[in-house]
Amino acid sequence: MASILSAKNVTKQFGGLTAVNNLSVEIPEQSISSIIGPNGAGKTTFFNCITGFYTPEMGEIVFNGNRIDGLRSDQVTRLGISRTYQNIRLFSNLTAIENIMVGFEPHLKTNWFDAVVRTPRYHKDEQAAHEEAIKFLRFVGLAGLGDQVARNLPYGAQRRLEIARALASRPGLLLLDEPTAGMNPNETLEMMHFIRNLRDSLGITILLIEHDMRLVMGISEQVTVLDFGEKIAEGLPKEIQTNPRVIEAYLGRGAATEGMATAHEMTSKKKAS
Amino acid sequence: MQSYRIRRINWTDLFMWLVGAALLALIIGGSYLTLQQGKYTAVQWFDLAVFGLAQGSVYALIALGYTLVYGILRMINFAHSEIFMGGAFIGYFAATSMQRSGFMEANPYLGIVIIFLVAMTTSVIIAVLLERIAYRPLRGAPRLVPLITAIGASYFLQYVFRGFFGTQNRAYPEIAVIKGTFPLFGDFQIQKIQVIVIIAAALMMAFLAVFVQYTKTGKAMRAVSEDKSVAALMGIDVDKIIVSTFVLGAALAGAAGVLYSFMFRIVTFYMGFIPGLKAFTAAVLGGIGNPPGAMLGGLFLGIFESLGPTLFLDGLGIPAPYQLKDVIAFTMLVMVLIFRPTGILGERLSKTKA
Amino acid sequence: MSTFDWKKILQIGLIGGIVGVLIALVGMVEEFNERDIIAGTLTMGWTMLILTVLVMAYFVAGTVKAHSWLNVAAGALSGAVFSVVMSLLTWMVDSFDLRQTLVNASPSLVKILTFEQGIPNGLITLIVAGIVVGAVGSAIFILPERIRKAVTLGLGMVAFLGLMQDIIQVSLAGFEGLSDAIAWMFGRGIENGLSVAGAITVFLVVSVSNLLWDTNAPKVNARIEKLPQKSRRSLKWFGYGMLFLVIIYLPAILGLYLTEVVNSTGLFILMGLGLNIVVGFAGLLDLGYVAFYAIGAYTVGVLTNLSGELTSSFGWNFWFALPAAVALAVIAGVMLGIPVLNMRGDYLAIVTLGFGEIIRILALSDFLKPHIGGSQGIVNIPPPKFLEVLVNNPQTLYYFIVAGAVLALFTSQRLRDSRLGRSWKALREDEDVAQAMGINLVATKLMAFATGAAFSGLSGSILAVKLGTIYPHSFALLISINVLALIIVGGMGSIPGVFVGGLLLAGVPELLREFAEYRLLIYGALLVVMMQVRPEGFWPEATHKRELHEADEEARLTAEGQEA
Repeated sequence: MASILSAKNVTKQFGGLTAVNNLSVEIPEQSISSIIGPNGAGKTTFFNCITGFYTPEMGEIVFNGNRIDGLRSDQVTRLGISRTYQNIRLFSNLTAIENIMVGFEPHLKTNWFDAVVRTPRYHKDEQAAHEEAIKFLRFVGLAGLGDQVARNLPYGAQRRLEIARALASRPGLLLLDEPTAGMNPNETLEMMHFIRNLRDSLGITILLIEHDMRLVMGISEQVTVLDFGEKIAEGLPKEIQTNPRVIEAYLGRGAATEGMATAHEMTSKKKAS
Repeated sequence: MQSYRIRRINWTDLFMWLVGAALLALIIGGSYLTLQQGKYTAVQWFDLAVFGLAQGSVYALIALGYTLVYGILRMINFAHSEIFMGGAFIGYFAATSMQRSGFMEANPYLGIVIIFLVAMTTSVIIAVLLERIAYRPLRGAPRLVPLITAIGASYFLQYVFRGFFGTQNRAYPEIAVIKGTFPLFGDFQIQKIQVIVIIAAALMMAFLAVFVQYTKTGKAMRAVSEDKSVAALMGIDVDKIIVSTFVLGAALAGAAGVLYSFMFRIVTFYMGFIPGLKAFTAAVLGGIGNPPGAMLGGLFLGIFESLGPTLFLDGLGIPAPYQLKDVIAFTMLVMVLIFRPTGILGERLSKTKA
Repeated sequence: MSTFDWKKILQIGLIGGIVGVLIALVGMVEEFNERDIIAGTLTMGWTMLILTVLVMAYFVAGTVKAHSWLNVAAGALSGAVFSVVMSLLTWMVDSFDLRQTLVNASPSLVKILTFEQGIPNGLITLIVAGIVVGAVGSAIFILPERIRKAVTLGLGMVAFLGLMQDIIQVSLAGFEGLSDAIAWMFGRGIENGLSVAGAITVFLVVSVSNLLWDTNAPKVNARIEKLPQKSRRSLKWFGYGMLFLVIIYLPAILGLYLTEVVNSTGLFILMGLGLNIVVGFAGLLDLGYVAFYAIGAYTVGVLTNLSGELTSSFGWNFWFALPAAVALAVIAGVMLGIPVLNMRGDYLAIVTLGFGEIIRILALSDFLKPHIGGSQGIVNIPPPKFLEVLVNNPQTLYYFIVAGAVLALFTSQRLRDSRLGRSWKALREDEDVAQAMGINLVATKLMAFATGAAFSGLSGSILAVKLGTIYPHSFALLISINVLALIIVGGMGSIPGVFVGGLLLAGVPELLREFAEYRLLIYGALLVVMMQVRPEGFWPEATHKRELHEADEEARLTAEGQEA
């Protein structure tokens, strides 16, 4: 399969600390891929490099044939990458609808003159943004909550709203940073179905950072494991589960054999459910 | 589609670099012309430099207050200039009453110590009240909220002093022991008061450095400025440490108020505004949140501001260049924030981290 | 369970006492004592102190949670503490000569605080009065909600009419038929407030009608609801029509002096609308806003003046100079915007503050004196002509200012409801995320600065015409703070809030000359208190209802159906 995003030898340093070290990843088109690794492994930093929040010191990132490292994050978004955040970052005093409408920003052409005079273009844009917002609001199951101020929404709804906002830019690649953080097993399962449905119905590529192994192993078609900013393994979920280096990174040397057992146990549980 | 390289160029950065280059050219060209014309003698330059150093020492003392509070609360205590003014004002009343009763003439040194104590106590009281009433309830509020509070508090204090003590400029009494000059070699001489200001400021800064480095409270302060919640988990009473930070900053500001009024011999309710702004500039210049940086920044700004107008602008034929000294200081603040937001010594804080 | 927390009540009383001392020593009591609210009975100076006790009583009522008599006792206790502190102050001011330091600690303050009864007697009266006001004050807070509201409103109206009496009298002087009624309401003298009878009447009328309205409002609203769509719309248009007529005829109704007040308020509102975009919408705290005001005024001044004192004399027509002034303000806005693009919050505030000072210092300097007049400013700015009408008196200027304000109102409302407005708000909430959503930060921020600067520049141009002369001193930092306070009190990001703030913070002080002295003191206190008590302002920004059109209602129902 062709890859939609390819990172080559990406390195990002903060002072003396190398957060991402010589990392190369290929994300296949229309796949669901995951990046996992212990805390501080550089996963979010890598996301930040992709989305233009950081500029990597070395290496290059190519998305759909465009080189994107070093671009500003709004430019990256306009090329078709959008993201959510580990600790939900909604525009908390805006309503749900307004949040999603902001996400639609890359497709709007209204300038200030249009807005003041209310030209046809203004009406067209506003209507499109509004319709899109309603559409995604329903898509993520928040219909009826559109006029609520984001900070008043329950936690799970905020998560979904954040995804709706990200989807509104009609991305080719969606980056989800720990979408199930703080969720209980049921909600996690729901989120898993939701993500799969997202890919299947919208045909987009999804890259996620996740700690919940059940989710990762359940839906990923490719898993990349980072440790201390370096890639230590990559492949199908099954291969990753049995990879001794991965188990070592998570549980420490010596726990490897025991850890392997746990991983197996996890998959069998998943099958049972 | 534009090429990758073109899209990476940022026209606003380009603009700023051009502005920076133009200013640099102005500074260098102006200085060259001024020096070439030779209108000013070495003695005059020396006087300006010493004056700048003394003024800079005062800025440094005030700047420490900004920097200490910023280091701990990540907020600019806009009302710090009024803490400075309050100290100077009440110190002035101590000075006049002692002068009138003849106490000052009899015990000049004790008198000066009393002025300092009174001023520093006043400043500390203002700062503690400010922290308790205005700032503490706002912990954890959005950043704009404490800032607006601080601006409001600043005006409130200014106009309370105006209401209490009137609008007139009050002339500071002459204290005999700090008048006059020390002769140096040749025509060079140095005013006593400037020497006193520089030495006093240096002593206080040394005290602060020792305090922050070695005392228990100082160590706790550093811990709180690293991470409030972790510090609290370690059993540090964060509120108490924040209060001590305000106290420390205010004591220095009070002392600075006395030194400033010794130097300029005038006290008014709005005297805090400009020195406060300058001290803030100094704090940024040195890297806000970084006490040694504030000292360095203060001294640098003092000298820059004292020599700058004459050195840079006089040669360009600009009349009355000293009127523009504040323009020079603020322009420098902007330039520093753009090209080196970390300041001379500080870490990068003007851009909040994600 | 009732609680009677001695310590807390004493503490509140003490704090109130300190506030009272502060009010007395900054000179407010004395200065405001010239103006009566109720003739010969209650002065504005005393009202300040009574208000303090009422606020205290409110807090006391918060600590006592039950029986009414306990509440009244608690109020009386705190009132006693308050007045004891005030008595101490009075005694000290009387016994020692403090005027060398505290300029307002004067014998006349003692006279006021002792009701001109001399030291022992007056102080006893003072303490008794404190106890009574404290008791009555907390009694108000145990009344049922509805009655309390009516009473507060009635008292507020009495205070308002009492304060505004000279203006009301002057503006109603033309109506012959009313003169007897006015004389009865306000007493005969010009310097007095309401007469006692007038005050009681106003209080009763307002409270009772408020009570009646409160009980009947739902019915009235329901009746309006029931009206057919068409008549409801015509009712709305009728309302707009009335408003329009009032705006048109306002200067004729108000007369010269009041129109002048409205004009200066209007200029502040115009600036407020601009700063509201920068601070309220985009969240960029700009303290150097006055710079654009100055640039607008100076541009008009330089381009149109005929004095010949400046090196370059352009002699432009005002109507050409006006767009130039706005354009220059916009350019200045962008030029300031570029260096501060990457700065946030507090740094932005300080740098813009510095920028405002730079402009003022440059205007004052000898360096630019040949071009813009230095400290003497620019004189002889000719009034513009609009269709052969010379815009040179408050009454004609009024229309000019209203036109400017309406334009600004219209523009900012439309921008708010557009893509740009959403981007600004997103920027205010979270800059990084806004950028990650595809918002171009540079363009969005510069647009905010430019729009804000345009309104301010426009305001400045009108100021130049209004005054005919401009000095650097008209552009002190205080103006920026003034405008900032106005939008914060009104509600950041709220357009109606700008009008509310403008009327409260620019209009009222303009009317009550005594306030001028204490303007910034009050603003400062107001900013601090607002941030703690009501950071969203008196008229908070409204959230838009955008989802529930009919179609979506249907969608919601189906969604609910699915869940069930």
